[in-house]
Amino acid sequence: MKSLYLRDVFEQSNIPMPLSDNECNNMGFFIDEIYRNQSRSVFATLVKFLGDVDVAEEALHDAFKAALEQWPRDGIPANPRAWLVSTGRFKGIDAIRRRSRFDALPDDIEERLPVDISDELDGEGIEDDRLRLIFTCCHPALAADAQVALTLREVCGLKTEEIASAFLIPAPTLAQRIVRAKTKIKEARIPYEVPSPSQLAERLGSVLHVIYLIFNEGYFATSGATLTRPELSQEAIHLGRLVLKLLPDAEVAGLLALMLLQESRRPARTLLSGDLVLLEDQDRTLWDKDIIAEGSALVEQALASRQFGTYSLQAAISAVHANAPSASATDWAEIVSLYNILLSINPSPVIELNRAVAIAMRDNPQAGLTLIDAILERGELTDYHLAHSAKADLHRRLGKTEEAKTAYETALKLAVLEPERRFLEGRLRELPD
Amino acid sequence: MKYLCLICAEKVMEQMTEADATAHFAEYTEFTNAIRASGHYLGCNRLLPPSEAITVRNRQDKVMTTDGPFVETKEQLGGYYLIEARDLNEAIRIAARIPGAKHGCVEVRPVAEDEQTLIALGFKP
Repeated sequence: MKSLYLRDVFEQSNIPMPLSDNECNNMGFFIDEIYRNQSRSVFATLVKFLGDVDVAEEALHDAFKAALEQWPRDGIPANPRAWLVSTGRFKGIDAIRRRSRFDALPDDIEERLPVDISDELDGEGIEDDRLRLIFTCCHPALAADAQVALTLREVCGLKTEEIASAFLIPAPTLAQRIVRAKTKIKEARIPYEVPSPSQLAERLGSVLHVIYLIFNEGYFATSGATLTRPELSQEAIHLGRLVLKLLPDAEVAGLLALMLLQESRRPARTLLSGDLVLLEDQDRTLWDKDIIAEGSALVEQALASRQFGTYSLQAAISAVHANAPSASATDWAEIVSLYNILLSINPSPVIELNRAVAIAMRDNPQAGLTLIDAILERGELTDYHLAHSAKADLHRRLGKTEEAKTAYETALKLAVLEPERRFLEGRLRELPD
Repeated sequence: MKYLCLICAEKVMEQMTEADATAHFAEYTEFTNAIRASGHYLGCNRLLPPSEAITVRNRQDKVMTTDGPFVETKEQLGGYYLIEARDLNEAIRIAARIPGAKHGCVEVRPVAEDEQTLIALGFKP
């Protein structure tokens, strides 16, 4: 998602060009590069200094505009980032003062605008600013869909229209979600800080949840004609890496591992036609070995810490699959025992369903079927198409065609995604008469 | 991306007291200078009140005209800004600062800029 935005500004602003066209182009590309790599981190620091996301966004814009005007004339500063932060901060303070002639000055304006920032222009504080921004965007006072939208726009730097099209919702709907979330941050005075150690675990949980939601929307799209939107998953992995770097925690490593291990199978998950391929039928030579190695190492790291939680355990299960030469040569006993631990810390019917499928693989289809029927009889997962398709599959393996047919048909009624529907229709056709 | 911000209000400049209009013009000067400096500005203008408007239709080469704007609403279109913004939320942030947004409202419309439009309108060969 490359931004041509700066070049637009460059062209619009009629800046006199003291350099040759070629040098100017190089400068334009250089600043574009800095914009792509550093603007979100500069933005995060500006939010800290200016205390307001909107003022910081404007200040960020003004700082880059100033860079486009001054760097070609005066040369590139020794520390471009510090220059941008410092310039943005002055522009932001200026804007606040200018506007305060019309509106009442916020009462805490003085403490928001530290006088001496020379120590904070560079060094370790920078990364903390990004972490603060992530925690603010994922604050539990905001609705989950607002957390996702805000994180993608403010932390990842995606445009409103890009996020809207990735989530297949109208841009005005998404834009208003962002406006309302920002108003909420302002009105509820949601602090711009990394939570205290006593709150960290809970608040981190909400950050990881947002990241995984973004990943899943890219990996198991909940609507639409295609099954996946890889760019969303890439953003989530990027966020996972960032948070792990800023906050080395077992569950962050676990989540990153889980996303990487799932991502490693992306090329094998669908056919060119867009049709779905089940894990057991995937061509494992298509799995990305490098990503698997990275994910597996992270899983080991997370499990070794003994501080692991649900993400690390799911990643561990994923790693067993990733390192197995085939479905039948998979260590199903290990997978079942990982599911047992997972269920003990996070009881959930979906995890029970997955465990039932693993038990069917470890023991026999009937063992799995008994467990799935028990879950469905409790009235849970009755509307979950994957429960019925798992049940159908086990009946099929047992040669019970009628039962399989009924269950596939139920699954088909509940499935929404086109590729999943085609898969189920295919399975139905393949059943013997 | 380009966005057209349409300013609607119950009272246009002509209908304000002289003092109010002078103050409102000063706000527009300040705002317009600010977005010129920031590079968001592409164009703008103020429109005369709807009492000066004519609506035109052409049906089988027969030109028909009626007085006033074709939609009768309490809020009147008073002017516009064409801006360049990074995305819709940046456009909203800028539109919220248009002085008219405090009295009336501003409609933010993305400019199409799709391939077919760009070619049809001669912006692209």
